[in-house]
Order: sequence, then C-alpha cells, then structure tokens
Amino acid sequence: MENHNHEANINQDYLCNGLLQVLVLEPPPVFKFHGEQLSKIFHFLKAWESPLPLHQYLTINSQSVKAVLSAGTTPITPDIIRLIPSLGIIVTTSAGLNHIDLQECRRRQISIAIAGTLYSEDAADLAVGLLIDVFRKISTADRYVRRGLWASQRDYQFPLGSKLGGKQVGIVGLGSIGLNVAKRLEAFGCNILYNSRKKKPSVPYPYYPDVCDLATHCDVLIICCGLTDETHHMINKKVLLELGKEGVIINVGRGAVIDEKEMVECLVQEEIAGAGLDVFESEPNVPKELFSLENVVLSPHRAVHSEETLMALCDLVVGNFEAFFSNKPLLTPLVED
Amino acid sequence: MESIGVLIVCPMNTYLEQELEKRFNLFKFWNFPDKTQFLNTHKNSIRAVVGNATAGADAELIEALPKLEIVASFSVGLDKVDLGKCKEKGIRVTNTPDVLTEDVADLAIGLSLAVLRRLCESDRYVRSGKWKKGDYKLTTKFTGKTVGIIGLGRIGMAIAKRAEAFSCPISYYSRTEKADLKYKYYPSVVELASNCHILIVACPLTEETRHIINREVIDALGPKGVLINIGRGPHVDEPELVSALVEGRLGGAGLDVFEHEPYVPEELFGLENVVLTPHVGSGTVETRKEMADLVLGNLEAHFLNKPLITPVV
Repeated sequence: MENHNHEANINQDYLCNGLLQVLVLEPPPVFKFHGEQLSKIFHFLKAWESPLPLHQYLTINSQSVKAVLSAGTTPITPDIIRLIPSLGIIVTTSAGLNHIDLQECRRRQISIAIAGTLYSEDAADLAVGLLIDVFRKISTADRYVRRGLWASQRDYQFPLGSKLGGKQVGIVGLGSIGLNVAKRLEAFGCNILYNSRKKKPSVPYPYYPDVCDLATHCDVLIICCGLTDETHHMINKKVLLELGKEGVIINVGRGAVIDEKEMVECLVQEEIAGAGLDVFESEPNVPKELFSLENVVLSPHRAVHSEETLMALCDLVVGNFEAFFSNKPLLTPLVED
Repeated sequence: MESIGVLIVCPMNTYLEQELEKRFNLFKFWNFPDKTQFLNTHKNSIRAVVGNATAGADAELIEALPKLEIVASFSVGLDKVDLGKCKEKGIRVTNTPDVLTEDVADLAIGLSLAVLRRLCESDRYVRSGKWKKGDYKLTTKFTGKTVGIIGLGRIGMAIAKRAEAFSCPISYYSRTEKADLKYKYYPSVVELASNCHILIVACPLTEETRHIINREVIDALGPKGVLINIGRGPHVDEPELVSALVEGRLGGAGLDVFEHEPYVPEELFGLENVVLTPHVGSGTVETRKEMADLVLGNLEAHFLNKPLITPVV
C-alpha cells in the first residue's frame, strides 16, 4: 500500500493509526462508491454509526478532531461546531452550502472546501436534457412506444412538441451551473436572459433584477441557484402565472426555491405548460398529482451523479484534506463575495 | 387552381390537408379502399402527389398517373420517391430542407442525453415510487464524450454545433472529406465507430447507405458505445442491433426511426439502455407548419409557372 502521507508532506501529529483523522456526520455518496479507497487514506470517525445521540458522540470523540467531511444533509450549526474545538476544515461534497453556518465558521476561522465547479457540467447537461425532454416529449414518447401504442393506435398521431430555437430562456442563478446551461442552450438557438443576486457585467445576456419580471419575458425558466433565505419559495404563484400557459419550468437547484404546492396546482390547472424537475421540497417524496401528468419529467435528484464526476469528487476530497494537513492552499476553498 | 387534382398519399398534417383542400381538388389516398380502381378513375386529373417519410411516389404509382407533373414531399428525405423515374419523365420533385434541420439536431442531442443520463428510466423510477426505497444508480456523463457523425450535411453540422457546446470532440464520416473543418475525418464508418463514444446517423438513405450500421460497425462501437439514429430505419441492420443490445455487446441506443415503422422490435421494450421515439424528428408545431407552407409554396409556384422554392429534381 503506497504511503500517501509522505507524498503529501503531512505533519505526523495529525495521524491516527497512520491515517488522517476525519469526522464524518453522515455518509456522502462518494463513500458508497469509493469508501474502500478512501479508508486507506483516512481514519474516519463515523458519527452516524454510533447509537449515541450526535451531541454526546461529539463530546466524547471530537476533542482532537480537526477535519470534518460533510455530505450536505446534517446541519453544521454553532452548537455542533462548539463540540469540535479543534475544527480547522470542513470539506463538503454537496453542491449547496445551506447546511453550514457560514458566519460561525468565519468567526472560528474554519476553512471550508467545496465541490466547486465539479458538478456544473453534469447539472447543466441534466437541465438541458430535461428541457429537451419536456419540449419534445421524449419520455412520453418512449412510454408510448414501449406500450405498443405506435403500432396499435393507427389513427392517432403522437402530439407535436415545441421547437427550442428562438425560445426565450430565463436562467435563475448565473453561477457556474447557470453559465454552463447558457453556453449549451445558445447552440440550440435559444435567447438567454437571467436573474441573479447581482448583475454580471462580463456576461452578454440581458439582466432582470426581479424574477417575476424575468418570467414575464420568458418561455422557459431554469432554476440553477442555491437555496438561501432569499431564494426560498422565490418561484411563487405570481412568478408562475407570469411564465404563463405556454411556459415551462426546469429545476436543478433545490426543491424549496419553488413553492411546490403552487407549482403542482399550476400544472394541474394548466396555468403553465410543463416542468422538468430533479429536486423536490421533501425528497424522496414527490407530489403524486405529478404522476398522472404527461407534460412533466421527473428525476430522482441525480443531476450530479455520473460515474465520472463521482470519481473526480473522490480525488477532490482527498486533495483538499491533504492540502489542509500539509498547510498548503486548499484546492477548492469557499471564497465568499 | 381548384380543378387541379392533387393526391396526398397518407395522413401527415391537418393544417396541410386543410390548405390543400382549399386550393386544389384534393384526393386522400387512404379514403379509397380499392386503390387500383381509384387510380383508374382519376388518373387523368391528378397532376401532383404529396408524400412524406412514410410513403411517397414509387415507380408503380408514377406509372399509374400519366398527368403527374410534380411530387412534393413533406420531408427532407426522398428515399420513398423514385427519383430516377421522375427524372426520366420530367416530373419535378421538391422536399423540405432547412426548416427541419434544427428540430432533428435537437432530438439527436436529446436522445443522447436521455440514453446516457437515463432520463426516461429514472422518470419511470420516480413515478413507480421506487425512489422512496433507494437512490437511482449512477449514470454516464455526456459532456466531453467523443461524438461521431455519419453524414455532415445540414443536419450533421447542426448536431456538431450543439455537441461542441458540451465540449464533445467531433469526428465524422462522409463520402468525401470536407475541407476547412476542425472536425476529425475517418474514411470508414468502422474506424469512426472505433473512435467515438456516441455514433449518430445523419446521412440520406440511398442504396449505398442501406445497413451502413451493420454487425461490424456495432462491434466497433462496443459495449460502452451508444448509437443514435435520426436518419432512416434501414440505415441500421435492425436484427443485428437488437441482438447486440440484448446481449450487452452495444452500450445503448436512441432510436427515432425503425426499419418497419410503426413496428418496433419488442425485445427493446424491456431494455433500460434504449430510448424509443415514434419518428418525431421534425415533430414540432412550428416546424410542421413551416414544412407545410413549403409544400404549398412549391405546388403553387409550379402551377403558376414560377421557379420552385426547394427543388431536388
């Protein structure tokens, strides 16, 4: 077994059983697929495997812990941080950061390493895939053919879809994912508009500071932003009605950015034309009204789960921890603007 | 022009049929159970045939219509029209290029994404309630995959442009290499298939390109390779394709066309690595209207002795 630690020039004080000690609150997907490989480099303290309640577990085990690996589900609150007095770094594998109390981390000078732009291409690919699917009815068509209906329903013509070219596409959140979506859809002849916290001067697309105003001017809304207090239920009934009866919404951000109950109502009442959804307010629960709709494509929060990306994520996690433990700059530090 | 007889060979588009009825004496072929009798009765009044990808004007039909002057196809592909016979008899032929290029290219990319990222399969997964029991498995990334295109005409180039936006390296096979292109050329389909992850058929169907996707090409594409067919069903040796998919010798397929439409091999229905669509390449409201207007425009131009808009013969 190669000696990873020598290569990384790591302070031997950080080692436990010859391995870097890392506390893990809940198992990230990368564990499922690369757990064995990671266990050769890290000594993991697996909080979720303990019968003790989390606070108790931390009190007993976390006194010397400097590093935490987060999957993005268990909130890392000031209380939790207090129980890990030596905490120096949190490496998170999630795309979002809404589970970490950033203010407390700033106060305690705890570094945060993020997944960065690792997921952006996969997420953008899925957003575009869902959009084409909704517009061109690909999943509906696949169901239709597999049921033998193309051959048996001779007098029926499968309904026509809608052309992508020339459509106004409003991207909500023009970060790395949003920009990747824009670049792709431009090649399909779509016109890109956007809403973001701040206008991006280096970008050629028209900016709409108000998301409702954006919806008025669009045929499609693509949600690519993270979940914050400001973005929670930002896409509400008013926005959806402005999007209109021919409008389509795609969500690869977070379920709670959209007021799900209102969106379902709009879809059922045909106030909007369709939706492609990878995320939901209460996963894995999906409003059952959606199951009987033909103009909706549903995806089980898989926007960033390709084999290639997970392998790259594994390397990134290892690289960030090794950088921290050898006092080198993190590969993908959180830089707050 | 209401006295000009126009024969439309199969149902294709309500708007087109209505407009043809307004302007011409329209005969709907499918309303006449005895085709031979129909042709005998009306052969001297039919001066135009409107066909599509499903049915056109073969030698037999052309011979049966002595007053036929023009065949206007509601498609860009003309494999259902006997072009040689039309040339021989001085019959004009028009199709619908350009207006459907984008839609077909969009579908090619849509099918690629649907196969690699398992969009239809995971939609089924959610609808069946399986997500509550566990996460869906990992799929394959699309960005950056090598895309090989057979036929770099209008549709092939539009596919390349879209795939480039996903950082996909583009390679192609064509009858002749195209100058000044940044895409990599391969002189044979087998070599192209050996060197790409996603192989897309975008060439016309002719005698040379029939079964251009055969066992050898499928083997070269391999167990991780994906075939996308937005051309014509007969481009692919369908039984070979089916057995390769069932046996796992080919990674996956996105198919909009089949050898014997509307019949699709049932062995494909249970496979999760295929996506099947019922020949909807140009199937959008916007494009079908543009195609219909082009058919109407060509017919009008012909009967007013004006230059045809999109003639092929």
